[in-house]
Amino acid sequence: MSQRLRTQCGLTCCLLAVALMTAALWNGRPVQADAVDDENYASPLEVLVSPDGARLYVLCQQSEEVRVLDATTTKTIAKVDVGRVPRGIALSTDGRRLFVTNSWDDTLSVIDTNKLAVTATWPVAAEPTGVVEDKAGKRLYVANRISNDIAVLNAETGEEEKRLLAGRGASYLTLSPDGSRIYATHIYPNPPRVRSELDNRIAPESEITVIDTARAVVVDHMPLHRIAGVFHLAFSTDGRLGAVAEYHPKNTVPLAHLEHDGAFGYSLTLFGADVGKTPVEVPLDELERYASRPFGVVITPDKSRIYVSCGGSEVVLAIDVQRLLRYVSLHPGSNIRDLAASANYMVARIPVGHEPRGLAVSRDGSKVYVANRLEDSIGVIDTHTDRVASTITLDGPKKISALRRGELTFYTSRQSFQGQIGCASCHIDSTFDGLAWDLEPDGFGRDIVDNRLIEDIKGTEPFKWNGGNPSIPVECGVRTEKYFWRAENYDDLTLTDLTLYIRSLPPRPNRWRLQGREMTLAQERGKAIFERSMDKFGNPIAEKNRCSYCHSGPKGTSQKSFDVGTRKATDNTGLLDTPQLTNIALTAPYLHDGSAHTLEEIWTVYNPEDKHGRTNDLTKDELNDLIEYLRTR
Amino acid sequence: MTNCANRKSLAMMLPMALAFAMGIAALAQDKPAAPQLLATQALPHFKFENFTTANGLPDNHVFTVLVDGERIWAGTENGLAVYEDHVWKTYTTKDGLAHRAVLSLALDKRSGDVWAGTMAGLSRVSGGRIDTYTQLNSGLSNDVVYGVSVEGEHVWVATAAGACMLNTRTGQWTLYNERNTPMVEIWVYGVSATPSKVYFAVWGSGLLELDQKTGRWDKYEDPDGENEIVLFKDQGLIHEIVTSVNYVDKIVWAATYFGDSRYDGRYWHNFLTKDSGLPSNFTNTLKAVDANRCWFGTDKGLAYYDGVNWAVYRNSLKDGKPEMTVRDAAGKITSIAVSSAPAHNYILGIDFQGSDLWVATAKGLSHGIHQP
Repeated sequence: MSQRLRTQCGLTCCLLAVALMTAALWNGRPVQADAVDDENYASPLEVLVSPDGARLYVLCQQSEEVRVLDATTTKTIAKVDVGRVPRGIALSTDGRRLFVTNSWDDTLSVIDTNKLAVTATWPVAAEPTGVVEDKAGKRLYVANRISNDIAVLNAETGEEEKRLLAGRGASYLTLSPDGSRIYATHIYPNPPRVRSELDNRIAPESEITVIDTARAVVVDHMPLHRIAGVFHLAFSTDGRLGAVAEYHPKNTVPLAHLEHDGAFGYSLTLFGADVGKTPVEVPLDELERYASRPFGVVITPDKSRIYVSCGGSEVVLAIDVQRLLRYVSLHPGSNIRDLAASANYMVARIPVGHEPRGLAVSRDGSKVYVANRLEDSIGVIDTHTDRVASTITLDGPKKISALRRGELTFYTSRQSFQGQIGCASCHIDSTFDGLAWDLEPDGFGRDIVDNRLIEDIKGTEPFKWNGGNPSIPVECGVRTEKYFWRAENYDDLTLTDLTLYIRSLPPRPNRWRLQGREMTLAQERGKAIFERSMDKFGNPIAEKNRCSYCHSGPKGTSQKSFDVGTRKATDNTGLLDTPQLTNIALTAPYLHDGSAHTLEEIWTVYNPEDKHGRTNDLTKDELNDLIEYLRTR
Repeated sequence: MTNCANRKSLAMMLPMALAFAMGIAALAQDKPAAPQLLATQALPHFKFENFTTANGLPDNHVFTVLVDGERIWAGTENGLAVYEDHVWKTYTTKDGLAHRAVLSLALDKRSGDVWAGTMAGLSRVSGGRIDTYTQLNSGLSNDVVYGVSVEGEHVWVATAAGACMLNTRTGQWTLYNERNTPMVEIWVYGVSATPSKVYFAVWGSGLLELDQKTGRWDKYEDPDGENEIVLFKDQGLIHEIVTSVNYVDKIVWAATYFGDSRYDGRYWHNFLTKDSGLPSNFTNTLKAVDANRCWFGTDKGLAYYDGVNWAVYRNSLKDGKPEMTVRDAAGKITSIAVSSAPAHNYILGIDFQGSDLWVATAKGLSHGIHQP
């Protein structure tokens, strides 16, 4: 959540928060706190080293600024304000400009590295994330998380030339050392290409999108099988080895069996001349402890080490490249299930601060910098000893607020069995993961459920698709502890803080209903269909069969359960909680079990008897209008 | 030219002499580039190299062909084939292609993506990845996609149940059918989109024009209705059953099963076998080079019109041997000895590769290698 947003509501609510939390402590049980407290945290997400090595550029997501530090003295040289919820940062080829993507403003800030000031703010596409300039300094590429594409901009003017198709949730971009290719990753799995009979039991598929920079066209989509959640990618300086950090969810087996083969694996996919024609997936996990939520990756200039930050495990992994390549050579193919494999190449598991994210390596390779997002610090790892040599504090508040504690709980994996998963493993960046899971210990393959968005969740209870959990403390407390973590329970304070954090998550801006803009004609027509009480033949539509009855209220849920005819033979009930419609356009797949891959399929495939609203009288263009309206919610 | 029945009637009553004079004037503006050359010299000569299943094509029935730089895409009845570095590769439904029968292709020149219209949906091929849109999983109006055209960020689609447009930035689909356009029949066979205007070839409903700036629709119909006769030459669109349309250099070229038309915004010029070099009135497809020159794919061979002269490339209807015939402005027909012809006379698709030609036929794909 951005600093400015917090400021807006925090001032009015902090007293209430204190009162509620006091009440919670007094009663000895968690409550649903409505308020957020306000501290001016920096929350460093990414870090860059200037070409001459003299400066560090730190992207601070919560304070919405770039901190410029002297790399030698670690003193702050400047603070440059950028836009809302900045997420990506890159230097121009000549080092004179710094590009920052502002993910909630849909803009790109251009910072002059001499003046240390924003010289231009360019409009870009929906939720810009990664950014990189080509080697010639002519084109700028921006990965757009919501529009699932990569915008190609004129690097001088910011004018958009075109957009290239990328993976779903396009996020991070890396230029190859020779400058001929850009590699793009994405955080949500791609929609299934081919339909199967088991629509909701699909292992995820992701990709690395490869762009030819000479022509600025996509030339390859390297498949990443069974991967969902792909983050930073790094190259060795000779360009022969690429490594990308990723999640390997095991969503087709029950998550309840965390201790039996696990719910997640975390891995690197290696590619390039050093590993041959076929990319190889290698596990980062160890026998007794997982490398939860890998994010940042760097390879030292001498190609001796790969460093990987793991947000959930709160460590940076050090991998010996030669030993890794030897292992890959001796064990062809992917070995994600072999938890003993990493012992062959993992040389250190370096404890760092909370939620380590972006990594940067110094020019001489002697240091690796890590942005400890929830600790407001930059850890400096000595690559000779593989230990944290020093920590640069970003002068964040000394006080750890309740909200911050909740966020820490949300992003850590230390609570679960062997530190395998945390809330953020499935709710990536506090959103969702685009997967359907077999969650409960109710038998293999029963009650498959789609993972729902948790933004703006306050006022949408009950939770679970069967409506079984009346509140967030129940949803995130007993249930999570019992079925997911298989380890220690939360204490009451921790659960209260976690609840506070989750309830504070605001909805991201809706890109189909821009603020202050009128609805389009199609959206207006769709709204009328959503609210109608008569069908096209003049027959009244029963109240419970109107869209607006079940999906009522500002968040699109009556908070009641209904049978909409989507029960599968493997479901224990057909009575389902009405999901909220917040940013519904982003959260495919749909229906309780993720059977519908698109909004259209809810009605074209899964509503043959009009139980999910009266829709079979609609023409195709009217259904399109309804969907255009839903996308504004 | 007018766009409604009443105005058409008025047009029919205009003095023929005026129309004729205007037609002559229009033709006069469309002089060939090198009139001093003999027609036989001015018209291009080709050596045809033919591809079939014998040399890698997945099926001999080729509906459409698309040139993408050095790559050639062929939409066949059994998959989407791409020819690169002398090797054919085929994409099938196992790769995510909407259907094995690929009826239409369009290239997004900016991104390099190829859009393929099939018998069961629309597929987008990007760097080897295929995403498919159907009437069930998207806003696509119908799964039978006869035509596709890319204009900027918009993908225009001609289907068996109206036309539609996908805005690739917003994901919004806009449908065009009998409810919001002058389309009487909704069987749309072809589409040609530019930033200013979009033209739709509609089976039984003539030619539709959408002005992108004003949102206004115009409809061009055969003044003779559905009668298979032409009362007055060059009075309007040659026939209601339009199979293909091309809008190039502000000129509309339209193919029908009963002859072809050229329209410059004021005047129509129609082409029939009886008064042109067209080998057959039954025209499946056309591809314009510019305002004056156009290629026609008929059921009786491939034809080229350079603004004055005609050339026909085919296998002789008498003995099946390759032939090239030239018809000059005076109507004189000259036969030119050639050693090759397109794989089959039933032509379904045409595209250009520099001065070379690629032709989709009912029995193979042909590469017309330009001969100096």
